[in-house]
Amino acid sequence: MANVHLPTTLTPLFPGLSRRVDVEAATVLGAIDELEAQWPGLRDRLVGEGPSLRSHIHVYVDRERAQLDTALEPHARVDVIAAISGG
Amino acid sequence: MSRTLLLVGTRKGAFTLESDADRRDWKLRGPFCEGWPVYHAIYDGESGTIYAAAASEWHGSAVWRSKDLGETWEHSSEGITYGDEDGRKVSKVSTLMTAGDKLLVGVEAPGIFESGDGGQTWSLLTTLAGQPGSEVWDDPKSQPPGHLGISNLVPDRSDPAHFWAVVQGIGAYETHDGGSTWAPRNKGLRRDWPADWEEVGYCVHKLVRSPSDPQRMYQQNHVGMHRSDDAGHTWNEITEGLPSEFGFAAAVHPHDRDTFYVVPLDPGHGRVMPEGKATVWRTQDAGSSWKPLRKRLPQDDAHLGVLRQGMTIDMHDSPGLYFGTSTGQVFASADAGETWTQLADYLPAISSVEVALVE
Repeated sequence: MANVHLPTTLTPLFPGLSRRVDVEAATVLGAIDELEAQWPGLRDRLVGEGPSLRSHIHVYVDRERAQLDTALEPHARVDVIAAISGG
Repeated sequence: MSRTLLLVGTRKGAFTLESDADRRDWKLRGPFCEGWPVYHAIYDGESGTIYAAAASEWHGSAVWRSKDLGETWEHSSEGITYGDEDGRKVSKVSTLMTAGDKLLVGVEAPGIFESGDGGQTWSLLTTLAGQPGSEVWDDPKSQPPGHLGISNLVPDRSDPAHFWAVVQGIGAYETHDGGSTWAPRNKGLRRDWPADWEEVGYCVHKLVRSPSDPQRMYQQNHVGMHRSDDAGHTWNEITEGLPSEFGFAAAVHPHDRDTFYVVPLDPGHGRVMPEGKATVWRTQDAGSSWKPLRKRLPQDDAHLGVLRQGMTIDMHDSPGLYFGTSTGQVFASADAGETWTQLADYLPAISSVEVALVE
């Protein structure tokens, strides 16, 4: 079970979504798709055409920069960061 | 008694300003849409829904909707995509229009998506594929950080299948069949640069159509003001008398086809009102002459910009004219531009202002 930490900009968009969510998934994209199943529309907020992570969405798995296909070990920590822009 | 509802799209969310028919006292509410940059917000009188086209740097593009005048909001981008294989990306949703029971949104890279269920789900209507110029905007290399998008949609309220779309930096196109086929409508426009095509390669900033005469259209172009007396088939320049040929915003009087408003701007990098004097210019003779309107607008060190969706006019007998600035002020005139008041200050940079009369 991966523990996903989400940015503060995401949770107001989906009622019931909290900053930390546990999901069963083999990859980062799999984790996002698990969240999508519970909160429809969430994938679009993190993933663009390609599919690829949106430009200013950064993901770290166990503190290492990750991409959508990065594998998740059991009990992995996944940090989703809204980075850089927004000033 | 009807309410007058202003919808203000800003760099940090949407706001509303509400008044009665007198338009003297206004109540500001917002920010809405979680502070996302809102490029255009409209009110659909048929469904009583506010729609806002917004694009977050983090979370992408979506169309927000509120069925209770801003109290609660939902958003969706389901279907607003060119798909994983196409190569084009939807980097921004920029302009909204209702067409009968459909809602349309123009996007960057250029395309129009439609929704038949009030903005819950979307599908691609058209990319104007095959039109002259489309090989440029369809090339993924032209896409972000390029700025080619659908910047303006102009409806025909008597025929939902008939409307115009502006491709930024390319020109205006017209459809009579709901977006299946298109024709360029740029004959007679000026351009001060070379282009590969005769009918396109023009920089249409804002296209408006007279509610009182369907043949009459005006446009603020990158180079000059222009008028059409044949529904956009041919254009004539009417810049003479204005302090600048450049600007973005434009509005046409709802009851008089010859009265039209623009906000000329310095054409360089500044793109603010000349000489620091806030001024709207009006013609009442279809562009033969122009008069500055500046009573109670700031005339000292007012370096204000107004973007292409930033000015609008209401349908009252004495029309109310409104504009929002890139420095966060909203100005209004309840007497068709003769005198002005400031409705709001200290808002985020304003992208769009639209007005609706709500029963």
